[in-house]
Amino acid sequence: MSGSGSTPVNSDKFISIEGIARHFAAPGGGQTTVFRDIWFAIPKGEFVCMIGHSGCGKTTVLNILSGLDLPDEGVAVVDGRAIEGPSLDRAVIFQSHALLPWRTVLGNVAYAVSSKWRDWSRAKIEEHAKKFIEKVGLKGSEGKKPAQLSGGMKQRVGIARALSIEPKILLMDEPFSALDALTRGTLQDEVRRICLETGQTVFMITHDVDEAIYLADKIILMTNGPEAMVAEIVENPLPKDRDRNQIHKHPSFYAIRNHLIDFLVTRSKTFKNEIPPDYDRRKPPIVRPQAQPLPVPPPEANGRKVA
Amino acid sequence: MRASLNLRAGLVSLLILLVFGLAWHIAVSGTGPQQTLDPEYARLLGQTAVQGKSAMPGPVDVLAKIWSHAKDPFYDKGPNDKGIGIQLAYSIGRVLIGYSLAIMVALPLGFLIGMSPLMSKALDPFIQLMKPVSPLAWMPLALYTIKDSSISAVFVIFICSLWPMLINTAFGVASVRKEWVNVARTLEVGTFRRAFTVILPAAAPTIVTGMRISIGIAWLVIVAAEMLVGGTGIGYFVWNEWNNLSITNVITSILVIGLVGMLLDQALARVGRAVSFPE
Repeated sequence: MSGSGSTPVNSDKFISIEGIARHFAAPGGGQTTVFRDIWFAIPKGEFVCMIGHSGCGKTTVLNILSGLDLPDEGVAVVDGRAIEGPSLDRAVIFQSHALLPWRTVLGNVAYAVSSKWRDWSRAKIEEHAKKFIEKVGLKGSEGKKPAQLSGGMKQRVGIARALSIEPKILLMDEPFSALDALTRGTLQDEVRRICLETGQTVFMITHDVDEAIYLADKIILMTNGPEAMVAEIVENPLPKDRDRNQIHKHPSFYAIRNHLIDFLVTRSKTFKNEIPPDYDRRKPPIVRPQAQPLPVPPPEANGRKVA
Repeated sequence: MRASLNLRAGLVSLLILLVFGLAWHIAVSGTGPQQTLDPEYARLLGQTAVQGKSAMPGPVDVLAKIWSHAKDPFYDKGPNDKGIGIQLAYSIGRVLIGYSLAIMVALPLGFLIGMSPLMSKALDPFIQLMKPVSPLAWMPLALYTIKDSSISAVFVIFICSLWPMLINTAFGVASVRKEWVNVARTLEVGTFRRAFTVILPAAAPTIVTGMRISIGIAWLVIVAAEMLVGGTGIGYFVWNEWNNLSITNVITSILVIGLVGMLLDQALARVGRAVSFPE
C-alpha cells in the first residue's frame, strides 16, 4: 500500500483514534469524563458513521478529528500524523451549515478555495468554486445570500464549501438533522453519489439509523455518556451499490436495522454493566448482522434461515 | 397602503407644526400700549413694558433670522461676529477630529478586549469607572495639560465618543458566532486574516451601533464644551447670543444644532444598514 504522507501508512488505518479521552469541568467542581480510552480506525475511502445518544461525546470525537478540539489523553492520527490543530486536509460540514451570512453563495465557497490555494487568481478561485456549486445543484444561485436560501440549499452550500478544498477526509456533524425528510433524502443521495465518485473518506455523526444504513460502510456504536465507550463496530452487510428505494428488500436490511435500534434502545445503556469477557477497548468487536430469523419475522423474511 | 400612511403622517406633522406656530405667534404678540409713561423711563424699560410686546421673538422673527443667516452663512466680521455657517464648521470640525481619534483608539482596543478574556477582565474596572464620568469633568484637566482651549474641546469629544464605541466593539467581537470562527479555523485562516474576514464583518453591525451612539453624544457635548471654552463654534455662538439677549439667534441655533445632529445620525444609520446582514 502506498501511503500518501512521508511515513508509509497502513491504509486500513488512514484515520486512527488511539486511546483518546476528553474531560470537561463539571458544574460544581470536579470533572466529567465524556469518554476515555477510545480506539478505532477508518481505512481510506470508507464511509463511517458514528451513532450514539446525546452526551456520548460524538461531536467531541468529530471536533478532535477536525482539530478544533484536542484530546486530554491519547492521539488522533490521520495519514500517519498526529492531529495538532485544524487542517485543510480535513473539511467539516457543520450541523448548522455555518455559512457566513454577509457573503454570497459564491463568496462562501470562494472563501474556502482562496484559503486553500492562496496564490490563485480571483478568476481561477471563482471558476473552481463554481464547479462545486454546480456539483451540489446550485447553479444559478451563486449571487444569493444565505438568508435567501432554504435550509436544504444552505446545507448544499456547506457541502460545496467542504468539497471545494478537495479534502482527504470529510467530517460531518449531523449534517441533515435540521432538514425536512424529503430534502434530507435528496441530500443523502447527492452526498453518497459524490463520495462514491471521488472515493472520499468520510466520518459522519448521525442520530438516524436509516441514514447510517443507507450511507455507511461501517457504523461505530457509542454507549451512553459519561465515560462512553465504543461498544462495537457494525459492518454494513448491504452491497456498496445500494438503492435507497430497494434496500429495505435486502435480506439483511432488517437484521442490521434491528441490531442498531436494539443497541440504541437498550444496549447503549446496559453495555457497560455486561461487558463481554473478551472485550478489548483497543479492538472493539466487529459485528456483521446477517439475515436470520427475527423475533417477529416480517412476511418476506419467512423461511430464510441463514446462519 | 404604506404610501398613504406616509402621506397621512406627513399631513399630521404639518398640522402640528401649524398649530404650534400659530400658538407661538399668538402667545408672543403684543397687547398694545398698556400705560403712559414718562418717555425717558419708557426708553429704559424697552418695548416690552411700553407696548406690551413680548421679548420672546415670534415664529416670523425666527424665520426672518434663519433667512438672513441662510443668505450669508460664512461672513466673518471679527471674533464676536461670524456667520452661523463658520461657527457650525468649527463645531463639526472638532467633533469629527475627536470622533476620528476615538475610532482609532476604540476599534483596536475593543478588538483586543473582545478577543482576549484576560484583557477584558483586566480593563473592565477602568472602563466601568471612567464611563459614567461626564466628559465635561475632564475639561479642567485638559485645559491644564493641553493649554489650548480648542484642542481641549477636541479632547472632551474624544473622551465622550470613546466609551460607547469601545464597549460595543468589545461586545460585538466577543459575541461573534463560534461556528463562524470555527469555519475560519478549519480553513487554516490566520489570526490576522480571520480578524478582517470573519470577526470584523460579523461584529460590524454592533460596532456601527456604538459609533452611532457616540456621534450623538459627541454632538450633544460639543455645544456644552464650546460654551465653556468660548472663542468659536456653535456652542459659543449660542452663549454669545444669550449675552446679546438675541433670543431669535438662540432659537435659530437650537434648530440648526438639531438639524446637524439629525444629519450626523442619519449618516451613521446609513452606514449601519450597509454593514448589516440578514441571517
